[in-house]
Amino acid sequence: MKRLVALVPVAWLGLFFLVPFLVLLKISFSEPAIAQPPYLPLLDWADGILTIALNLGNYIFLTEDPLYLLSYLSSVKIAAISTVLTLLLGYPMAYVIARAPEHRRGLLLMLVILPFWTSFLLRVYAWIGLLKANGIVNNALLAVGVIDQPLVMLQTDFAVYLGIVYTYLPFMILPLYATLSKLDADLLDASADLGARPGTTFLTVTLPLSLPGVVAGSMLVFIPAVGEYIIPALLGGPGTLMIGSVLWNEFFLNRDWPVAAAVAIVMVLVLALPIALLRRVQAREGERP
Amino acid sequence: MSHTVLRLVVIAGFVFLYAPIVSLVIYSFNESRLVTVWSGFSTKWYGELLRDPQILGAAWISLKVAFLAACLATVLGTLAATALVRHGRFRGQTLLGGLVTAPLVMPEVIIGLSLLLLFVALDNALGWPGGRGLSTIVIAHATFGTAFAVVVIQARMVALDRSVEEAAQDLGARPLRVFFDVTLPGLAPALVAAWLLAFTLSLDDVVIASFVASPGSTTLPMVIFSKVRLGVSPEVNALATLVIATVSILALFSAWLSARRRGAGSGLSG
Repeated sequence: MKRLVALVPVAWLGLFFLVPFLVLLKISFSEPAIAQPPYLPLLDWADGILTIALNLGNYIFLTEDPLYLLSYLSSVKIAAISTVLTLLLGYPMAYVIARAPEHRRGLLLMLVILPFWTSFLLRVYAWIGLLKANGIVNNALLAVGVIDQPLVMLQTDFAVYLGIVYTYLPFMILPLYATLSKLDADLLDASADLGARPGTTFLTVTLPLSLPGVVAGSMLVFIPAVGEYIIPALLGGPGTLMIGSVLWNEFFLNRDWPVAAAVAIVMVLVLALPIALLRRVQAREGERP
Repeated sequence: MSHTVLRLVVIAGFVFLYAPIVSLVIYSFNESRLVTVWSGFSTKWYGELLRDPQILGAAWISLKVAFLAACLATVLGTLAATALVRHGRFRGQTLLGGLVTAPLVMPEVIIGLSLLLLFVALDNALGWPGGRGLSTIVIAHATFGTAFAVVVIQARMVALDRSVEEAAQDLGARPLRVFFDVTLPGLAPALVAAWLLAFTLSLDDVVIASFVASPGSTTLPMVIFSKVRLGVSPEVNALATLVIATVSILALFSAWLSARRRGAGSGLSG
Protein backbone atom coordinates (compact mmCIF):
# COMPACT_ATOMS: atom_id res chain seq x y z
CA MET A 1 0.00 0.00 0.00
CA LYS A 2 2.69 2.41 1.13
CA ARG A 3 4.74 1.48 -1.91
CA LEU A 4 1.82 2.03 -4.24
CA VAL A 5 1.32 5.60 -2.98
CA ALA A 6 4.81 6.57 -4.11
CA LEU A 7 4.84 4.27 -7.13
CA VAL A 8 1.88 5.83 -8.97
CA PRO A 9 3.26 9.40 -9.14
CA VAL A 10 6.80 8.14 -9.78
CA ALA A 11 5.51 6.00 -12.66
CA TRP A 12 3.42 8.83 -14.13
CA LEU A 13 6.13 11.50 -13.88
CA GLY A 14 8.75 8.97 -14.97
CA LEU A 15 6.80 8.04 -18.09
CA PHE A 16 5.65 11.54 -19.03
CA PHE A 17 8.57 13.66 -17.82
CA LEU A 18 11.74 11.56 -17.55
CA VAL A 19 11.30 9.11 -20.45
CA PRO A 20 10.49 11.97 -22.87
CA PHE A 21 13.99 13.33 -22.18
CA LEU A 22 15.51 10.01 -23.23
CA VAL A 23 13.40 10.06 -26.39
CA LEU A 24 14.52 13.66 -26.96
CA LEU A 25 18.16 12.58 -26.58
CA LYS A 26 17.61 9.70 -29.00
CA ILE A 27 15.95 11.83 -31.67
CA SER A 28 18.72 14.43 -31.38
CA PHE A 29 21.10 11.74 -32.71
CA SER A 30 18.90 10.64 -35.58
CA GLU A 31 18.99 11.73 -39.16
CA PRO A 32 16.30 14.07 -40.48
CA ALA A 33 14.21 12.61 -43.31
CA ILE A 34 11.21 13.50 -45.38
CA ALA A 35 8.97 10.93 -43.79
CA GLN A 36 6.28 10.48 -41.16
CA PRO A 37 7.68 11.06 -38.51
CA PRO A 38 10.44 13.16 -40.09
CA TYR A 39 13.50 11.25 -38.87
CA LEU A 40 15.22 7.91 -39.49
CA PRO A 41 15.41 5.22 -36.78
CA LEU A 42 18.65 4.90 -34.81
CA LEU A 43 18.47 1.12 -34.72
CA ASP A 44 17.96 -0.93 -37.80
CA TRP A 45 17.53 -4.71 -37.86
CA ALA A 46 17.92 -6.26 -41.26
CA ASP A 47 19.19 -9.72 -42.34
CA GLY A 48 20.29 -10.48 -38.80
CA ILE A 49 22.54 -7.42 -38.66
CA LEU A 50 21.87 -4.70 -36.15
CA THR A 51 22.99 -1.28 -37.36
CA ILE A 52 23.17 1.62 -34.98
CA ALA A 53 23.36 4.92 -36.80
CA LEU A 54 24.43 7.57 -34.30
CA ASN A 55 24.25 10.81 -36.19
CA LEU A 56 26.23 13.66 -34.64
CA GLY A 57 25.33 15.86 -37.58
CA ASN A 58 22.65 17.79 -35.73
CA TYR A 59 25.09 18.90 -33.02
CA ILE A 60 27.79 19.72 -35.57
CA PHE A 61 25.19 21.75 -37.43
CA LEU A 62 24.53 23.78 -34.25
CA THR A 63 28.21 24.78 -34.11
CA GLU A 64 28.46 25.61 -37.80
CA ASP A 65 25.67 28.17 -38.03
CA PRO A 66 26.49 31.13 -35.72
CA LEU A 67 22.73 31.72 -35.26
CA TYR A 68 22.56 29.01 -32.63
CA LEU A 69 25.52 30.09 -30.49
CA LEU A 70 24.36 33.71 -30.68
CA SER A 71 20.83 32.69 -29.66
CA TYR A 72 22.07 30.75 -26.63
CA LEU A 73 24.28 33.64 -25.53
CA SER A 74 21.55 36.20 -26.15
CA SER A 75 18.96 34.11 -24.23
CA VAL A 76 21.26 33.77 -21.24
CA LYS A 77 22.01 37.52 -21.37
CA ILE A 78 18.34 38.52 -21.62
CA ALA A 79 17.37 36.07 -18.85
CA ALA A 80 20.23 37.24 -16.58
CA ILE A 81 19.47 40.95 -16.99
CA SER A 82 15.74 40.33 -16.47
CA THR A 83 16.52 38.29 -13.34
CA VAL A 84 18.59 41.13 -11.85
CA LEU A 85 15.85 43.65 -12.66
CA THR A 86 13.21 41.36 -11.12
CA LEU A 87 15.38 41.02 -8.01
CA LEU A 88 15.82 44.80 -7.72
CA LEU A 89 12.05 45.30 -7.78
CA GLY A 90 11.08 42.12 -5.95
CA TYR A 91 13.45 42.44 -2.98
CA PRO A 92 12.07 45.73 -1.59
CA MET A 93 8.53 44.46 -2.13
CA ALA A 94 9.19 41.19 -0.30
CA TYR A 95 11.03 43.10 2.44
CA VAL A 96 8.16 45.50 3.08
CA ILE A 97 5.55 42.71 3.01
CA ALA A 98 7.62 40.66 5.51
CA ARG A 99 7.90 43.71 7.79
CA ALA A 100 4.23 44.71 7.43
CA PRO A 101 1.84 44.25 10.38
CA GLU A 102 0.66 40.65 10.63
CA HIS A 103 -2.96 41.37 9.64
CA ARG A 104 -1.93 43.16 6.45
CA ARG A 105 0.61 40.57 5.23
CA GLY A 106 -2.02 38.13 3.96
CA LEU A 107 -3.66 40.78 1.80
CA LEU A 108 -0.35 42.04 0.38
CA LEU A 109 0.81 38.49 -0.44
CA MET A 110 -2.50 37.79 -2.08
CA LEU A 111 -2.07 40.94 -4.23
CA VAL A 112 1.29 39.57 -5.37
CA ILE A 113 -0.12 36.13 -6.19
CA LEU A 114 -3.37 37.20 -7.86
CA PRO A 115 -1.79 38.24 -11.20
CA PHE A 116 -0.06 34.85 -11.30
CA TRP A 117 -3.52 33.24 -11.42
CA THR A 118 -4.58 35.49 -14.28
CA SER A 119 -3.64 34.23 -17.71
CA PHE A 120 0.07 34.59 -18.49
CA LEU A 121 -0.73 34.97 -22.20
CA LEU A 122 -3.25 37.75 -21.59
CA ARG A 123 -0.88 39.58 -19.25
CA VAL A 124 1.82 39.58 -21.94
CA TYR A 125 -0.81 40.65 -24.48
CA ALA A 126 -1.74 43.64 -22.28
CA TRP A 127 1.73 45.10 -22.91
CA ILE A 128 1.13 45.20 -26.68
CA GLY A 129 -1.70 47.68 -26.10
CA LEU A 130 0.44 49.68 -23.69
CA LEU A 131 3.65 49.82 -25.72
CA LYS A 132 2.65 50.03 -29.40
CA ALA A 133 3.13 53.20 -31.46
CA ASN A 134 -0.46 54.41 -30.95
CA GLY A 135 -0.71 52.59 -27.63
CA ILE A 136 -1.76 53.77 -24.21
CA VAL A 137 1.68 54.89 -22.94
CA ASN A 138 2.56 56.81 -26.11
CA ASN A 139 -0.89 58.44 -26.23
CA ALA A 140 -0.55 59.55 -22.62
CA LEU A 141 2.97 60.93 -23.12
CA LEU A 142 1.93 62.74 -26.31
CA ALA A 143 -1.14 64.22 -24.59
CA VAL A 144 0.98 65.52 -21.68
CA GLY A 145 3.51 66.87 -24.16
CA VAL A 146 6.58 65.02 -22.88
CA ILE A 147 7.29 63.73 -26.40
CA ASP A 148 6.32 64.91 -29.91
CA GLN A 149 6.96 61.59 -31.63
CA PRO A 150 5.71 58.22 -30.38
CA LEU A 151 8.50 56.18 -28.78
CA VAL A 152 9.39 52.85 -30.35
CA MET A 153 8.93 50.42 -27.46
CA LEU A 154 7.14 47.38 -28.88
CA GLN A 155 9.22 44.83 -30.78
CA THR A 156 12.40 45.75 -28.94
CA ASP A 157 14.58 43.95 -26.37
CA PHE A 158 13.32 46.51 -23.84
CA ALA A 159 9.77 45.15 -24.24
CA VAL A 160 11.09 41.61 -23.70
CA TYR A 161 12.84 42.62 -20.45
CA LEU A 162 9.67 44.35 -19.31
CA GLY A 163 7.54 41.32 -20.18
CA ILE A 164 9.80 38.91 -18.28
CA VAL A 165 10.07 41.12 -15.18
CA TYR A 166 6.32 41.61 -15.23
CA THR A 167 5.26 37.99 -15.59
CA TYR A 168 7.90 36.43 -13.33
CA LEU A 169 7.82 38.97 -10.46
CA PRO A 170 5.63 36.76 -8.19
CA PHE A 171 8.14 33.88 -8.54
CA MET A 172 10.84 36.21 -7.16
CA ILE A 173 8.79 37.74 -4.34
CA LEU A 174 7.41 34.50 -2.84
CA PRO A 175 10.71 32.74 -1.97
CA LEU A 176 12.20 36.08 -0.84
CA TYR A 177 9.23 36.65 1.42
CA ALA A 178 9.58 33.10 2.79
CA THR A 179 13.17 33.72 3.97
CA LEU A 180 12.68 37.35 5.03
CA SER A 181 9.62 36.57 7.16
CA LYS A 182 11.59 33.89 9.05
CA LEU A 183 14.35 36.39 9.85
CA ASP A 184 14.82 36.86 13.59
CA ALA A 185 14.01 40.49 14.46
CA ASP A 186 16.26 40.25 17.56
CA LEU A 187 19.30 39.99 15.27
CA LEU A 188 18.40 43.31 13.65
CA ASP A 189 17.87 44.93 17.08
CA ALA A 190 21.19 43.55 18.30
CA SER A 191 22.95 44.94 15.26
CA ALA A 192 21.35 48.36 15.81
CA ASP A 193 22.16 48.31 19.54
CA LEU A 194 25.79 47.64 18.73
CA GLY A 195 25.81 50.85 16.74
CA ALA A 196 25.37 49.65 13.15
CA ARG A 197 23.53 52.03 10.88
CA PRO A 198 20.43 50.67 9.05
CA GLY A 199 22.39 50.36 5.79
CA THR A 200 25.16 48.40 7.52
CA THR A 201 22.65 46.14 9.27
CA PHE A 202 20.99 45.44 5.94
CA LEU A 203 24.24 44.59 4.17
CA THR A 204 25.79 42.53 6.98
CA VAL A 205 22.75 40.83 8.55
CA THR A 206 19.56 40.92 6.46
CA LEU A 207 21.04 40.37 3.01
CA PRO A 208 23.34 37.41 3.90
CA LEU A 209 20.52 35.69 5.82
CA SER A 210 18.10 36.11 2.93
CA LEU A 211 20.58 34.70 0.41
CA PRO A 212 18.72 31.34 0.03
CA GLY A 213 15.61 33.28 -0.98
CA VAL A 214 17.64 35.41 -3.40
CA VAL A 215 19.10 32.30 -5.05
CA ALA A 216 15.77 30.42 -5.17
CA GLY A 217 13.85 33.41 -6.55
CA SER A 218 16.55 34.21 -9.11
CA MET A 219 16.66 30.62 -10.39
CA LEU A 220 12.85 30.44 -10.57
CA VAL A 221 13.00 33.46 -12.90
CA PHE A 222 16.23 32.72 -14.80
CA ILE A 223 15.60 29.08 -15.77
CA PRO A 224 12.22 29.43 -17.50
CA ALA A 225 13.22 32.84 -18.91
CA VAL A 226 16.11 31.28 -20.88
CA GLY A 227 13.66 29.11 -22.81
CA GLU A 228 10.86 31.68 -22.99
CA TYR A 229 8.92 31.66 -26.25
CA ILE A 230 5.66 33.62 -25.80
CA ILE A 231 7.26 36.87 -24.56
CA PRO A 232 9.80 37.29 -27.39
CA ALA A 233 7.15 36.16 -29.91
CA LEU A 234 4.67 38.84 -28.83
CA LEU A 235 6.87 41.68 -27.54
CA GLY A 236 10.28 41.11 -29.16
CA GLY A 237 11.43 42.35 -32.55
CA PRO A 238 13.16 40.69 -35.48
CA GLY A 239 16.50 41.36 -33.75
CA THR A 240 15.51 39.61 -30.53
CA LEU A 241 17.37 36.31 -30.52
CA MET A 242 16.07 33.75 -28.07
CA ILE A 243 16.69 30.02 -28.15
CA GLY A 244 13.05 29.17 -27.33
CA SER A 245 11.99 30.88 -30.57
CA VAL A 246 14.75 29.09 -32.49
CA LEU A 247 13.54 25.71 -31.22
CA TRP A 248 9.92 26.62 -32.05
CA ASN A 249 10.84 27.62 -35.61
CA GLU A 250 12.99 24.51 -36.19
CA PHE A 251 10.03 22.38 -35.19
CA PHE A 252 7.01 24.19 -36.60
CA LEU A 253 8.47 26.01 -39.64
CA ASN A 254 11.44 23.92 -40.77
CA ARG A 255 9.90 20.65 -39.51
CA ASP A 256 13.44 19.55 -38.59
CA TRP A 257 12.68 17.48 -35.50
CA PRO A 258 16.23 16.15 -34.92
CA VAL A 259 17.78 19.65 -34.93
CA ALA A 260 14.96 20.92 -32.66
CA ALA A 261 15.77 18.01 -30.30
CA ALA A 262 19.49 18.84 -30.36
CA VAL A 263 18.68 22.51 -29.57
CA ALA A 264 16.58 21.31 -26.62
CA ILE A 265 19.29 18.95 -25.31
CA VAL A 266 21.91 21.71 -25.37
CA MET A 267 19.43 23.99 -23.58
CA VAL A 268 18.97 21.37 -20.85
CA LEU A 269 22.78 21.19 -20.48
CA VAL A 270 22.99 24.99 -20.21
CA LEU A 271 20.26 24.92 -17.52
CA ALA A 272 21.64 21.90 -15.61
CA LEU A 273 23.78 24.03 -13.28
CA PRO A 274 21.04 26.57 -12.37
CA ILE A 275 18.56 23.69 -11.82
CA ALA A 276 21.04 21.87 -9.53
CA LEU A 277 21.55 25.13 -7.61
CA LEU A 278 17.80 25.55 -7.16
CA ARG A 279 17.39 21.94 -5.97
CA ARG A 280 20.14 22.44 -3.39
CA VAL A 281 18.65 25.62 -1.96
CA GLN A 282 15.18 24.06 -1.85
CA ALA A 283 16.42 20.84 -0.22
CA ARG A 284 18.21 22.88 2.48
CA GLU A 285 15.15 25.03 3.09
CA GLY A 286 13.11 21.85 3.41
CA GLU A 287 15.37 20.54 6.17
CA ARG A 288 14.98 23.65 8.28
CA PRO A 289 11.92 23.71 10.57
CA MET B 1 16.94 53.19 2.20
CA SER B 2 14.49 55.25 4.13
CA HIS B 3 11.00 54.01 4.77
CA THR B 4 9.39 56.51 2.42
CA VAL B 5 11.52 55.36 -0.51
CA LEU B 6 10.75 51.71 0.31
CA ARG B 7 7.06 52.44 0.47
CA LEU B 8 7.20 54.23 -2.89
CA VAL B 9 8.97 51.25 -4.48
CA VAL B 10 6.27 48.92 -3.19
CA ILE B 11 3.46 51.15 -4.44
CA ALA B 12 5.22 51.42 -7.81
CA GLY B 13 5.56 47.62 -7.83
CA PHE B 14 1.87 47.06 -7.28
CA VAL B 15 0.94 49.69 -9.89
CA PHE B 16 3.29 47.88 -12.30
CA LEU B 17 1.55 44.56 -11.51
CA TYR B 18 -1.99 45.82 -11.92
CA ALA B 19 -1.92 48.70 -14.46
CA PRO B 20 -1.70 46.41 -17.53
CA ILE B 21 -4.56 44.25 -16.24
CA VAL B 22 -6.72 47.30 -15.54
CA SER B 23 -5.93 48.71 -19.00
CA LEU B 24 -7.13 45.45 -20.61
CA VAL B 25 -10.44 45.69 -18.77
CA ILE B 26 -11.02 49.41 -19.51
CA TYR B 27 -10.28 49.14 -23.22
CA SER B 28 -12.50 46.08 -23.60
CA PHE B 29 -15.39 48.57 -23.36
CA ASN B 30 -13.96 50.76 -26.11
CA GLU B 31 -16.11 51.06 -29.22
CA SER B 32 -13.17 51.50 -31.60
CA ARG B 33 -11.57 48.54 -33.37
CA LEU B 34 -8.24 50.27 -32.76
CA VAL B 35 -8.52 49.15 -29.12
CA THR B 36 -6.16 51.74 -27.62
CA VAL B 37 -7.76 54.84 -29.18
CA TRP B 38 -10.83 55.61 -27.09
CA SER B 39 -13.95 56.46 -29.09
CA GLY B 40 -16.80 55.73 -26.69
CA PHE B 41 -18.23 53.17 -24.30
CA SER B 42 -19.60 50.00 -25.85
CA THR B 43 -20.17 46.36 -24.94
CA LYS B 44 -20.34 45.27 -28.56
CA TRP B 45 -17.08 43.28 -28.47
CA TYR B 46 -18.59 41.02 -25.82
CA GLY B 47 -21.42 40.31 -28.26
CA GLU B 48 -18.93 39.62 -31.07
CA LEU B 49 -17.02 37.30 -28.77
CA LEU B 50 -20.07 35.25 -27.86
CA ARG B 51 -20.97 34.88 -31.55
CA ASP B 52 -17.48 33.71 -32.59
CA PRO B 53 -17.79 29.93 -33.20
CA GLN B 54 -14.00 29.42 -33.34
CA ILE B 55 -13.51 30.93 -29.88
CA LEU B 56 -16.51 29.13 -28.37
CA GLY B 57 -15.41 25.77 -29.78
CA ALA B 58 -11.87 26.23 -28.51
CA ALA B 59 -13.14 27.37 -25.10
CA TRP B 60 -15.18 24.18 -24.77
CA ILE B 61 -12.15 22.02 -25.62
CA SER B 62 -10.01 23.97 -23.13
CA LEU B 63 -12.56 23.57 -20.33
CA LYS B 64 -12.78 19.80 -20.89
CA VAL B 65 -8.98 19.45 -20.96
CA ALA B 66 -8.50 21.65 -17.89
CA PHE B 67 -11.15 19.77 -15.90
CA LEU B 68 -9.65 16.35 -16.58
CA ALA B 69 -6.05 17.51 -16.16
CA ALA B 70 -6.85 19.23 -12.85
CA CYS B 71 -8.53 16.09 -11.46
CA LEU B 72 -5.58 13.89 -12.47
CA ALA B 73 -3.06 16.41 -11.13
CA THR B 74 -4.83 16.65 -7.76
CA VAL B 75 -4.91 12.86 -7.29
CA LEU B 76 -1.27 12.42 -8.39
CA GLY B 77 -0.23 15.45 -6.35
CA THR B 78 -1.89 14.09 -3.21
CA LEU B 79 -0.17 10.72 -3.63
CA ALA B 80 3.22 12.35 -4.25
CA ALA B 81 2.85 14.74 -1.30
CA THR B 82 1.81 11.86 1.00
CA ALA B 83 4.86 9.86 -0.04
CA LEU B 84 7.21 12.84 0.38
CA VAL B 85 5.85 14.16 3.69
CA ARG B 86 4.60 11.06 5.52
CA HIS B 87 6.71 8.12 4.50
CA GLY B 88 10.03 9.15 6.00
CA ARG B 89 13.02 8.13 3.94
CA PHE B 90 12.29 5.68 1.17
CA ARG B 91 14.04 4.45 -1.93
CA GLY B 92 13.28 6.73 -4.82
CA GLN B 93 12.53 9.72 -2.59
CA THR B 94 15.22 11.84 -4.21
CA LEU B 95 13.92 10.74 -7.60
CA LEU B 96 10.35 11.70 -6.73
CA GLY B 97 11.51 15.00 -5.20
CA GLY B 98 13.39 15.85 -8.38
CA LEU B 99 10.52 14.72 -10.61
CA VAL B 100 8.05 17.06 -8.90
CA THR B 101 10.42 20.07 -8.85
CA ALA B 102 11.87 19.94 -12.36
CA PRO B 103 8.62 20.58 -14.31
CA LEU B 104 8.12 23.78 -12.28
CA VAL B 105 11.08 25.47 -13.92
CA MET B 106 11.74 23.48 -17.10
CA PRO B 107 11.16 25.72 -20.16
CA GLU B 108 7.84 24.87 -21.78
CA VAL B 109 9.33 24.40 -25.25
CA ILE B 110 11.43 21.52 -23.89
CA ILE B 111 8.50 19.84 -22.09
CA GLY B 112 6.29 20.24 -25.18
CA LEU B 113 8.82 18.93 -27.69
CA SER B 114 9.94 15.97 -25.56
CA LEU B 115 6.35 14.91 -24.80
CA LEU B 116 5.42 15.10 -28.46
CA LEU B 117 8.42 12.94 -29.38
CA LEU B 118 7.36 10.44 -26.70
CA PHE B 119 3.81 10.27 -28.05
CA VAL B 120 5.08 9.75 -31.60
CA ALA B 121 7.52 7.04 -30.44
CA LEU B 122 4.79 5.29 -28.42
CA ASP B 123 2.43 5.49 -31.38
CA ASN B 124 5.00 3.83 -33.62
CA ALA B 125 5.84 1.11 -31.12
CA LEU B 126 2.46 0.35 -29.49
CA GLY B 127 -0.19 2.13 -31.54
CA TRP B 128 -1.03 4.26 -28.50
CA PRO B 129 -2.18 7.03 -27.91
CA GLY B 130 -3.34 6.82 -31.56
CA GLY B 131 -2.50 10.29 -32.82
CA ARG B 132 -2.70 13.57 -31.00
CA GLY B 133 -5.76 15.21 -29.54
CA LEU B 134 -7.60 15.79 -26.29
CA SER B 135 -5.98 12.88 -24.46
CA THR B 136 -2.41 13.93 -25.24
CA ILE B 137 -3.10 17.51 -24.06
CA VAL B 138 -4.71 16.17 -20.87
CA ILE B 139 -1.67 13.98 -20.16
CA ALA B 140 0.73 16.88 -20.77
CA HIS B 141 -1.24 19.29 -18.59
CA ALA B 142 -1.75 16.74 -15.81
CA THR B 143 2.02 16.21 -15.72
CA PHE B 144 3.04 19.81 -15.05
CA GLY B 145 -0.15 20.40 -13.03
CA THR B 146 0.98 17.62 -10.67
CA ALA B 147 4.20 19.50 -9.92
CA PHE B 148 2.27 22.61 -8.86
CA ALA B 149 -0.34 20.56 -6.96
CA VAL B 150 2.41 18.91 -4.90
CA VAL B 151 3.75 22.32 -3.78
CA VAL B 152 0.32 23.39 -2.52
CA ILE B 153 -0.67 20.06 -0.90
CA GLN B 154 2.76 19.48 0.64
CA ALA B 155 2.66 22.87 2.40
CA ARG B 156 -0.67 22.02 3.97
CA MET B 157 0.31 18.46 4.87
CA VAL B 158 3.41 19.64 6.76
CA ALA B 159 1.20 22.00 8.78
CA LEU B 160 -1.41 19.34 9.61
CA ASP B 161 -1.53 18.06 13.19
CA ARG B 162 -0.36 14.46 13.08
CA SER B 163 -1.68 13.61 16.53
CA VAL B 164 -5.25 13.40 15.22
CA GLU B 165 -4.17 10.74 12.73
CA GLU B 166 -2.25 8.92 15.43
CA ALA B 167 -5.31 9.03 17.69
CA ALA B 168 -7.44 7.47 14.94
CA GLN B 169 -4.78 4.78 14.48
CA ASP B 170 -4.68 4.08 18.21
CA LEU B 171 -8.44 3.72 18.19
CA GLY B 172 -8.02 0.94 15.65
CA ALA B 173 -8.66 2.64 12.32
CA ARG B 174 -6.82 1.08 9.43
CA PRO B 175 -4.40 3.30 7.40
CA LEU B 176 -6.83 3.70 4.47
CA ARG B 177 -9.65 4.63 6.83
CA VAL B 178 -7.41 7.17 8.62
CA PHE B 179 -6.47 8.69 5.27
CA PHE B 180 -10.06 9.09 4.05
CA ASP B 181 -11.66 10.06 7.37
CA VAL B 182 -8.95 12.23 8.95
CA THR B 183 -6.17 13.25 6.55
CA LEU B 184 -8.28 14.02 3.50
CA PRO B 185 -10.81 16.33 5.27
CA GLY B 186 -7.87 18.19 6.81
CA LEU B 187 -6.32 18.60 3.38
CA ALA B 188 -9.56 19.71 1.72
CA PRO B 189 -8.72 23.44 1.39
CA ALA B 190 -5.34 22.60 -0.15
CA LEU B 191 -6.93 20.07 -2.50
CA VAL B 192 -9.37 22.70 -3.77
CA ALA B 193 -6.54 25.23 -4.16
CA ALA B 194 -4.37 22.66 -5.97
CA TRP B 195 -7.22 21.69 -8.30
CA LEU B 196 -7.93 25.33 -9.13
CA LEU B 197 -4.24 26.04 -9.74
CA ALA B 198 -3.88 23.04 -12.08
CA PHE B 199 -7.13 24.07 -13.80
CA THR B 200 -6.03 27.69 -14.42
CA LEU B 201 -2.54 26.62 -15.55
CA SER B 202 -4.07 24.22 -18.06
CA LEU B 203 -6.50 26.87 -19.26
CA ASP B 204 -3.53 29.18 -19.86
CA ASP B 205 -1.00 26.99 -21.64
CA VAL B 206 -0.10 27.79 -25.25
CA VAL B 207 3.34 26.33 -25.79
CA ILE B 208 2.96 22.74 -24.58
CA ALA B 209 -0.52 22.40 -26.13
CA SER B 210 0.80 23.64 -29.49
CA PHE B 211 3.23 20.72 -29.56
CA VAL B 212 0.88 17.95 -28.45
CA ALA B 213 -2.44 19.12 -29.97
CA SER B 214 -3.82 18.12 -33.34
CA PRO B 215 -5.49 20.54 -35.79
CA GLY B 216 -8.85 19.28 -34.54
CA SER B 217 -8.12 19.99 -30.90
CA THR B 218 -7.05 23.64 -30.87
CA THR B 219 -7.34 25.04 -27.35
CA LEU B 220 -8.51 28.54 -26.43
CA PRO B 221 -5.02 29.94 -25.64
CA MET B 222 -3.81 28.66 -29.02
CA VAL B 223 -6.62 30.59 -30.75
CA ILE B 224 -5.91 33.71 -28.69
CA PHE B 225 -2.19 33.45 -29.45
CA SER B 226 -2.76 33.23 -33.19
CA LYS B 227 -5.07 36.27 -32.98
CA VAL B 228 -2.77 38.47 -30.91
CA ARG B 229 0.32 37.68 -32.99
CA LEU B 230 -1.32 39.88 -35.59
CA GLY B 231 -1.73 42.72 -33.08
CA VAL B 232 -4.33 43.88 -30.59
CA SER B 233 -7.88 42.63 -30.99
CA PRO B 234 -10.93 44.09 -29.19
CA GLU B 235 -12.43 40.60 -28.91
CA VAL B 236 -9.39 39.37 -27.02
CA ASN B 237 -9.74 42.31 -24.62
CA ALA B 238 -13.34 41.31 -23.94
CA LEU B 239 -12.28 37.70 -23.43
CA ALA B 240 -9.45 38.82 -21.12
CA THR B 241 -11.91 40.76 -18.99
CA LEU B 242 -14.12 37.68 -18.59
CA VAL B 243 -11.07 35.55 -17.70
CA ILE B 244 -9.80 38.14 -15.19
CA ALA B 245 -13.24 38.35 -13.55
CA THR B 246 -13.53 34.56 -13.27
CA VAL B 247 -9.99 34.08 -12.01
CA SER B 248 -10.32 36.83 -9.42
CA ILE B 249 -13.45 35.19 -8.03
CA LEU B 250 -11.86 31.73 -7.99
CA ALA B 251 -8.61 33.03 -6.46
CA LEU B 252 -10.43 34.95 -3.75
CA PHE B 253 -12.44 31.82 -3.01
CA SER B 254 -9.37 29.57 -2.74
CA ALA B 255 -7.46 32.17 -0.71
CA TRP B 256 -10.41 32.36 1.65
CA LEU B 257 -10.42 28.55 1.90
CA SER B 258 -6.74 28.26 2.73
CA ALA B 259 -6.75 31.29 5.04
CA ARG B 260 -9.72 29.97 7.00
CA ARG B 261 -7.73 27.61 9.21
CA ARG B 262 -4.23 28.88 8.75
CA GLY B 263 -2.87 32.41 8.96
CA ALA B 264 -1.13 34.00 5.99
CA GLY B 265 -0.26 31.18 3.62
CA SER B 266 2.99 30.23 2.05
CA GLY B 267 3.70 28.98 -1.42
CA LEU B 268 1.44 29.45 -4.38
CA SER B 269 -1.75 28.52 -2.60
CA GLY B 270 -2.18 32.00 -1.19
